[in-house]
Amino acid sequence: MDYVIAFLVGGAICAVGQVLLDLAKIPPAHMLVLFVVVGAVLSGFGAYDRLVEFAGAGALVPVSGFGHSISRGSLLEARRLGVIGLFTGAFEFTGLGVATAVFFSALIALVANPRT
Amino acid sequence: MANRRIGKSTMRFATPPVIVSAGTVAGPMEGRGPMARWFDEVVPDDMFGERTAEKAERRFMGDAVKIVLKQAAVQPEQVDYFIAGDLLNQIVTASFVAEDLETPFIGVYGACSTSVQGLTLASALVDAGFANLALAATSSHYQTAERQFRYPIELNIQRKSTSQYTATGAGAVLVGQSGGKVRVTEATLGRVVDMGVKDPNQMGPAMAPAAADTIFNHLADTGRDPAFYDVIITGDLGSVGSEILLELMQRRGAPLGDNYADGGVMLFEGVRGTGVGGSGCACSALIMEGFVWKRMCDGEIRRALIVATGALLSPLTWQQGESVPCIANAIALQL
Amino acid sequence: MADPGTRKHKADDRAKYQKLASSIVPRPPLARNTAVAFVVGGLICVVGQAVMNAFIASGMTADEAVGPTLATMILIGVVLTGLSIYHHIGEFAGAGAAVPITGFANTIAAAAMDFKREGYVLGMGAKMFIIAGPVLVYGILAGVTVALIKWLSRG
Repeated sequence: MDYVIAFLVGGAICAVGQVLLDLAKIPPAHMLVLFVVVGAVLSGFGAYDRLVEFAGAGALVPVSGFGHSISRGSLLEARRLGVIGLFTGAFEFTGLGVATAVFFSALIALVANPRT
Repeated sequence: MANRRIGKSTMRFATPPVIVSAGTVAGPMEGRGPMARWFDEVVPDDMFGERTAEKAERRFMGDAVKIVLKQAAVQPEQVDYFIAGDLLNQIVTASFVAEDLETPFIGVYGACSTSVQGLTLASALVDAGFANLALAATSSHYQTAERQFRYPIELNIQRKSTSQYTATGAGAVLVGQSGGKVRVTEATLGRVVDMGVKDPNQMGPAMAPAAADTIFNHLADTGRDPAFYDVIITGDLGSVGSEILLELMQRRGAPLGDNYADGGVMLFEGVRGTGVGGSGCACSALIMEGFVWKRMCDGEIRRALIVATGALLSPLTWQQGESVPCIANAIALQL
Repeated sequence: MADPGTRKHKADDRAKYQKLASSIVPRPPLARNTAVAFVVGGLICVVGQAVMNAFIASGMTADEAVGPTLATMILIGVVLTGLSIYHHIGEFAGAGAAVPITGFANTIAAAAMDFKREGYVLGMGAKMFIIAGPVLVYGILAGVTVALIKWLSRG
């Protein structure tokens, strides 16, 4: 059941993105920035936490989930450490992903070439 | 000195220079299209075995030049001018190929209109007696154009309904005072036209007004009807751009008939994944120096008007919110 | 002649042309694109859910599983990019491939693969985040700002 909800919510978020691309004619990079910011903002209202509880990966995997994770980590660490925590917390949940992305992208670049 | 200008913007060559030889080298995608049999060489690997696509593009241009010289039995030392350009910053493909040729070099940039721009200059130099033999060449490559103008090759990006596909290949043409059947009779260089299209995915709509402007001026200057030519071929307007051109010419009172075709559409007709047609300097070059040249040598086409179109944007101007200025250059070839 | 260098345009002519052009330019197949984006994006999230469940089953809490799940999806995106598969998924599914975190990974891997031709330091190293950069910059800007506001207002 959680798979169905993940599918529906994740799919819906992507569908909204597609409408923005095709109808509002927003360049892809701008659309992604919009999503990550919206994720962070909804996180502030507590709304994204509820979405994650409801839809799991369906809320976390889209890039809006990335914005939420930054916001959430930042808030948790701020409560724990004060101002410093605001900034160390940004990568609390997302640091693993970014480091992984850099590390394995560099590796793949060593062995793979772009193909038309 | 006889005045060789007619009308507002057309050169009429006095002793029409001739195309001594022409050569085309195309990549695998182009090899899948219906024009493939008119190319001298179709290369199975668009990287040409090279480490970078930029190096590969030079191989394409270099090979086209080699074919032209071999066909004409001419040594590089006999060529008076090498006139070439491509899409890359500082037209490095042309410059690096020029280095190997060791011929006086004129670098030109007309984006996708470079093929006709180069041929025009070569013809003018020969007609005026400044050169016995002038070689014009141009190239483009899908990967080098994507990297420079758009995105990394492996990026997940979805093409738009008006996107075109940069052609991989090169065309070269040798112009001389004698020694060929195909004469270059007139050339109409275009002026920059910008009708406010800002979307770099809409190259066809951006360039159509420039094509209309140049074609109209050419016809007015020469006093000809579109029907005078067996074929009128635009470089790379794509299916959408050419539809717009037909409408524009209709509105100007010089409707184009069945003798009109677009090079971008011709190049990739029936090939999946190529959007609304080909683009890039190679597009018009492959059609003009492959298809049209060979059909004229056969006598199948007697009079051709080639109108190569170019979009003169840079990646920066688009990011800075500027619209796309375009140009179209026309050249008349006759038996 | 217009003032050279200023690009002062004839606004009327341009407006007329825009009208003509937009009547001929085909609209994107919105229904088809949205449907495909929905299905493909949804499926990628299903894979993410499976990964997350696997981590939770191995003993992590839901919270602890977030980081590793995202990292795994990123790894999948990188590998599919290296295999020259992800850009086909992107062509097919548009936002369905761009919005999931796998798309974020694809932008980094694609840039790395492409720009290594200019060397590993000035090419790959400098340009790896050329597409993903905005997502990180604005993610941090928005995330920290929101957290700051919330922290200050409620503690």
